Amino acid sequence: MKETKEYNEYTAGETSVPGLRRRDFFKLLGGGLYVFFNVTDALNVLATESEQRRSLPTDYNAFLLIHEDGTVSCYTGKIEMGQGVITSLAQMLADELDVAYEKVKMVMGDTMLCPWDMGTFGSMSTRFFGPPLRAAAAEALAVLLDMAAEKLGISAEQLTVEDGVIISKQDKGKKIAYRELTSGKKIERYLDQKPEVKDYSEFRIMGKSFNHQDGRLKVTGEAKYTADIRVPGMLYARILRPPSHGAKLVSVDTSEAEKQDGVLVVKDRDLIAVLHENPEKAEESRDKIKAEYEFDEKDVNDQNLFDYLLKNAPEGQIINSQGDLDIGKRMVDTLVESEYYNSYVAHATMETHAALAHIEDEKITVWASTQTPFPAQETISRVTGFPLENVRIIPPFLGGGFGGKTAHSQAVEAARLAKITGKPVMVDWSREEEFFYDTFRPAAVVQISTGTDASGKINLWDYKEYYAGERGSDTIYDVPHQRTMAFGRGWRAPEVHPFATGAWRAPGNNTNTFARESQIDIMAAKAQTDPIEFRLKNLTDQRMIGVLKEVAEKAGWKPAASPSGRGFGVACGFDAGAHVAHIAEVEVDQATGRVQVKRVVCAQDMGFCINPEGATIQMEGCINMGLGYSLTEEVKFTGGKIETKDFSSYQLPRFSWIPKIETHILELNEPPQGGGEPAIICMGAVIANAIFDATGARLYHLPMTPDRVLDALKNKL
Amino acid sequence: MEDKIQFELNGKPVEIPMDEHQTLLWALRTYFNLTGTKYGCGQGDCGACTVILNGEAIRSCQVGMNEVSGAKVITIEGLASNGELHTLQKAFMEHDALQCGFCTPGMIMNAYGLLLKNPDLTKEEIIAGMEDNFCRCGAHNRIIDAVEAAAKEMKSVETR
Repeated sequence: MKETKEYNEYTAGETSVPGLRRRDFFKLLGGGLYVFFNVTDALNVLATESEQRRSLPTDYNAFLLIHEDGTVSCYTGKIEMGQGVITSLAQMLADELDVAYEKVKMVMGDTMLCPWDMGTFGSMSTRFFGPPLRAAAAEALAVLLDMAAEKLGISAEQLTVEDGVIISKQDKGKKIAYRELTSGKKIERYLDQKPEVKDYSEFRIMGKSFNHQDGRLKVTGEAKYTADIRVPGMLYARILRPPSHGAKLVSVDTSEAEKQDGVLVVKDRDLIAVLHENPEKAEESRDKIKAEYEFDEKDVNDQNLFDYLLKNAPEGQIINSQGDLDIGKRMVDTLVESEYYNSYVAHATMETHAALAHIEDEKITVWASTQTPFPAQETISRVTGFPLENVRIIPPFLGGGFGGKTAHSQAVEAARLAKITGKPVMVDWSREEEFFYDTFRPAAVVQISTGTDASGKINLWDYKEYYAGERGSDTIYDVPHQRTMAFGRGWRAPEVHPFATGAWRAPGNNTNTFARESQIDIMAAKAQTDPIEFRLKNLTDQRMIGVLKEVAEKAGWKPAASPSGRGFGVACGFDAGAHVAHIAEVEVDQATGRVQVKRVVCAQDMGFCINPEGATIQMEGCINMGLGYSLTEEVKFTGGKIETKDFSSYQLPRFSWIPKIETHILELNEPPQGGGEPAIICMGAVIANAIFDATGARLYHLPMTPDRVLDALKNKL
Repeated sequence: MEDKIQFELNGKPVEIPMDEHQTLLWALRTYFNLTGTKYGCGQGDCGACTVILNGEAIRSCQVGMNEVSGAKVITIEGLASNGELHTLQKAFMEHDALQCGFCTPGMIMNAYGLLLKNPDLTKEEIIAGMEDNFCRCGAHNRIIDAVEAAAKEMKSVETR
């Protein structure tokens, strides 16, 4: 129970969303017990925490169904948001069940049809949903072989399978198809002794590259996202929004808004909305509402942010401690003390949050762009009063998630409005609402004090992260005297942040890897040692050494101490079970401070890779997305007022920024690890280190905007 | 008198009641139920709503319906003909030039608009021409490759 209790601490909190660490999840899934604390949504409409105990089903029928036409439905509570599990999970099922990949149809995230799942985040689909899915398919196959043996009068050992047809090894004429055995129904037989899943050597489909299964739907515009769903009689809602976080509605006058034909105005406590069948008419009327607010905002803005965060930091907790820091200090010739910063960063998915709620026959169906359909089901059940079994969440394709769609307050809004009006209601946020209600990656500070002896061995490592989150705060290097402290429990510090914060692709790890790998580079430079050689000297983790050597070889790395003037940087790290190492080449315009990343080489050890094509695409996406938080992405704000409202004030990576990308996945027969996040974590450090190598200027603050680069150039020693 | 706007949509004549406040984006998405054209920002920044208006790639969220009267509009749904995907669509599939797919229709329509104007695009011109279409998943390299491959393919078909 200890692990479960500990897990609750990670999920509870005003604006937090579920996120968790590897060791917790192993225990939780293994034990089949999961305690979920519902979270207060960004509108603060939910006052209580409720507890739900749900777990993955044990019946393999919950994961798959063989239809009469021979196709197989694969049911998963996971959702597809571009990360490609629609393809890789289908590969796993097809391989274990011995059917063609093309026969598998994915059914994803629908709470009525799919097995319970806590949500799609943390690069966990392959690592943690993969094993039970494969086990289910293996059991189904064993049962089918049993049934076929009876029907054909041949022992199971004398049977073989070819694409869903069970055939006698002796007499190819004797055969029976899965579909004939199941007639499209649930299989009514179970095994006491669960069969083994296949060995790596037996894989035929896993390990092969497949293009996105949903490609055709997406290039034709046929793929349905939530805002594309239509229900007869549906109304679009446009909701009154406060000017800032912390503003409380004092009075509201909706009389002008009510004058337009066909509008429906809803006033339910904090939820004031105008509904119309035409979204632009709803918006026009909404904009005529007059409202007054009371303000109670935190005295913080994007200028005084880091002082504020440090001043308000709660007491730290020791996450890891080895040796004795005082002894370490005495074993050090060169001491490096640094402070690293990163600003608030938005998810900025191309699809804004959307939900369509429809009530029929005492049941509510909500289509929602959410990474957490089952937690959303629980929240909506509690808020609307519909029993859990009468709440169905259907997540269509998601237009990006990155952690931002683990929060689902738009679905709650749609459900409330549907309940109040009795009409189907679509809530699809505008871009400004998306920036306002985003659960930003928390701004954070990292303080590191480290030291090396004369030989370049790191003997001291004193690491303090404030609000970044623990993920990625491990030392990774072999240091005898080390301590890691966490202040503020990552994004789960609602008492400090002036608005909602949450999990952002590889939460915590982008900040921590930026700090750690920058610090390593500073020490390497002080030791006048090549930064790869310096790392190898201080590493004992063989898999980290493996990716570093691989990336150095593939990039054609020629050793040199920084700054070499070449503009080459290196960084490595660990995330979601995978090891990654990057080498980047940059060009710095010393007049404007603008940085162009010209080439990125990345090596990744993710264990056995189910779909190399899909994994490669994720690595490329991580590298391109990582350019943004490294170079430009920063939320501007004053108190609770978000100044960043649109894409002209929040710059995403553009085509002209994109480097030449070379990815290398190590081929290993080890358990598959995460692939959606690891390759993004090194981007801040690898660029910072390359800037230093090019110019001798060290950047300590993400994003490394032209102004900050110019400042660093001015201040360089 | 009932005011209507008439125009050609994906090769067919259509009409819609006149509403001076309506944008082409929302007319497409709600009245015509062509949901392949996406709302991404409503300010012309991101390009998710790109369609072809009289041979030009434009941001449909920035075009009022009064500007559409008598015009020819092509959306992503109008690009394939008789179930045969357009070369650009095939190239996006073959290059896996998408992840979440939300920006994809706008990317393809913008590329289509570029190629309508200049079938001889260099890689640099493709990059410059696609610059204002945003992809959050980071499929940029593949999108460029797909457009470049499609341009070559379209040219070779023309000269064959």
